[in-house]
Amino acid sequence: MTKQFNLKRFLLNYNVFLIFGILFIVCSFASKNFLLPVNLLNIGLQQCYPIFVAIGMLFPIIIGTIDLSVGSIMGFTASVVCMSISQGNANLPMAVGITLLTGLLWGMVNGVIVAYCNMPGFVVTLATLTIIKGIALVLTKGSTVRVEGDILLNLSKRAFGYPVIIITIIVIILFILMQRYTTFGRIILAVGSNRNAVELSGIRSKRYIVAAYIISGVMSAFAGLWLCCRTSTASAVLGKGSELNAVAACVLGGASLSGGRGSVLKVVTGALCIAMIGNIMNLLGVGAYTQEIIQGVLIIFAVLLYGI
Amino acid sequence: MQDSYKLEMHDITKSFGGVKALSGVSLRVRKGEIHALLGENGAGKSTLMKILSGAYKRDGGEILIDGKTAKIDSPKESKDNGIAVIYQELMLAPDLTVAENIFIDNLASGSAFINWKKLKDETRALLDSLGFNDISPNAVCGELSVAYQQVVEICKNLSRNADVLVLDEPTSVLTFKETEHLFEILNRLKEQGISIIYISHRLEEIFRICDTITVIKDGAYVDTVRVGDIDKEHLVHLMVGRKMTDLYPKRRAKIGEVVLKAEDICAGPSVQKVSFEVHAGEILGFSGLVGAGRTETMRAIFGADKMESGKVTYLGEEVHFKNSRDAVRRKLGMLSEDRKSEGLLLNQSIRINTTLASLYKVTDTTHNIIFHKKEKEFVKNILGTLKTKYASAEHDVSSLSGGNQQKVALSKWIAADCKCIIFDEPTRGVDVGAKMEIYNIMNECAMKGVAVIMISSEMPELIGMCDRVIIMSKGRVVGELQRSELTEDNMIKSAMEV
Repeated sequence: MTKQFNLKRFLLNYNVFLIFGILFIVCSFASKNFLLPVNLLNIGLQQCYPIFVAIGMLFPIIIGTIDLSVGSIMGFTASVVCMSISQGNANLPMAVGITLLTGLLWGMVNGVIVAYCNMPGFVVTLATLTIIKGIALVLTKGSTVRVEGDILLNLSKRAFGYPVIIITIIVIILFILMQRYTTFGRIILAVGSNRNAVELSGIRSKRYIVAAYIISGVMSAFAGLWLCCRTSTASAVLGKGSELNAVAACVLGGASLSGGRGSVLKVVTGALCIAMIGNIMNLLGVGAYTQEIIQGVLIIFAVLLYGI
Repeated sequence: MQDSYKLEMHDITKSFGGVKALSGVSLRVRKGEIHALLGENGAGKSTLMKILSGAYKRDGGEILIDGKTAKIDSPKESKDNGIAVIYQELMLAPDLTVAENIFIDNLASGSAFINWKKLKDETRALLDSLGFNDISPNAVCGELSVAYQQVVEICKNLSRNADVLVLDEPTSVLTFKETEHLFEILNRLKEQGISIIYISHRLEEIFRICDTITVIKDGAYVDTVRVGDIDKEHLVHLMVGRKMTDLYPKRRAKIGEVVLKAEDICAGPSVQKVSFEVHAGEILGFSGLVGAGRTETMRAIFGADKMESGKVTYLGEEVHFKNSRDAVRRKLGMLSEDRKSEGLLLNQSIRINTTLASLYKVTDTTHNIIFHKKEKEFVKNILGTLKTKYASAEHDVSSLSGGNQQKVALSKWIAADCKCIIFDEPTRGVDVGAKMEIYNIMNECAMKGVAVIMISSEMPELIGMCDRVIIMSKGRVVGELQRSELTEDNMIKSAMEV
């Protein structure tokens, strides 16, 4: 009996890695091109920004709420960065600084309203989603901002002298370590499980809620920066729909939407699963609209596995 | 009384995987009697009742209703045989009215539209038959008191012609008055010929209202006795194989300096000018009815609720805890009465729960890095001193039994080296064996010089445990009894004085 029990526990715990493995094998058989280094590298490159957003999203989710404004924060950040370079002659370090600031600002706004006004995160961030997008549209007058020259393109290839993929991997590792080895990671998890009990244990949960939103804000701001770097253009709606992909990655990675459960590594794997599904459908020439349907259906099936 | 039984369960066996949960348990309930089913947590009471309700399939044995073999393999068959189980967590829709809840599965009685008038009349009749003229069929269930919600639940089952009612710890969420009310109902149901199987850890209640007691232990049948033929001591002996006299272990703690002194604490209507002091090594009890303001007083001192006025002196210094963090930092701990919603992180590991209030002990404090190895050792030690039974500290707390969950909740404060610990209803919902262990832990705390405050609604345990008891009523302190004066009579008298 114990053996059976462990197997079930094992499957539940490592579900997402299993799905990843199966998908990988299926994909390699489905298309010869899938395993080409160029293709795999491409997946990696394209996935840097969704992974950032998904990691960010994970923290509000672990703490028991959600951040729907991530896409708008991306668009806002990208627009502001591009405008400050093209109109204000900002240099690269300044662009990174601006990114950090916008992420902090919007994360803080979300977090403070949710934690200190006791409002549900879903509603608050649904509102800030349109507010942030609206401000960005006003600033850009609704048009696309273009940055001449290759200042941003350079950044997309090598930030601080390192390829973006390396940076992403470092960030992922840092987050994994933070989640596992710091009191912060521990307490976020605890607040998500039972906020009352945590408060009564002498921990001020509100600060952690604000912190979770700040992480989400900063991570999506950097996702926005990275995305506008790839094309040297930005618009207010650049990150549209990112929140859904991020939530999907979290859920696929076993995070509980009622809080208290979620791991960075699994969510990253979840994001990669979604990426692979998209990639293989591209390789097989499935139409873009059909892709959306299949992607949704696959997510439902994947999450269904957790219920077994 | 004639020898015909309403319900007979013979030689019921049930295994989960390789583990035997029940081995040949029998239960025979007469028509119109209240039959207590007694046993420690994990003895197999719930398994037996789940078999009766059709939630589990039995491996062996047979069930007879009115002397005839009944086929009970599903919840529906159980219902059809007139069996109804009322769990602690009531199965009511809180937003629907009383009438809607009672007839939830048959609102329109077969037709397409609901005849509201008929529905309400039938509800009215049903409630009146139990003597509840004051419950309106139109009342929204969620707004009723828990006792009244139980009445609704009972009516719901009566409306389906249930004549065997199983009540699983019905009084654990009730106030003193509500409990009395429930007993009246049960007696009335009994007169109507309904058989009741009553599960409770409170022996006093069982002696008051039950006719017969069946004891099971470790999944096996022990004995069935008539209430008149046994005393409490023997009953506990049957249940746990220990003598009752050990239940409240003696302690020899030196009573020292005042640790916590509260003067004229005010916090809302339920805490009005409460003053008391508690010494190191002392166990100070707080008695009173639910709603007397005991928990509210403690929450205000602890910083969990706002304290309007009053002075608190803790460890010789005047303090004002604005939030629980201040209190915990100064090593004041509070074991909440509501373990599930305020005490534990149920879906987190035992380890995480234990170190929640003392993470600083296992971290590098400058960088807030947790040392996992150190933490595991620490947790193992703490849980060891509390004699907690667990397979692995990495398992979720929810996998533990009630008593062990309570120990984990307590371990949080032991781990934080608290100088004063407030135990709010520490033995609620735990069995006799675990109760004893919790008493032992409280004694050990006192012996180490911790000031212990114990809030309890069970007078026997206050009498057994406390050096002094403060009695509260309607937000005020109405009496204080020294150890030598502690009797149930005195306590009730003090509480009624106001």
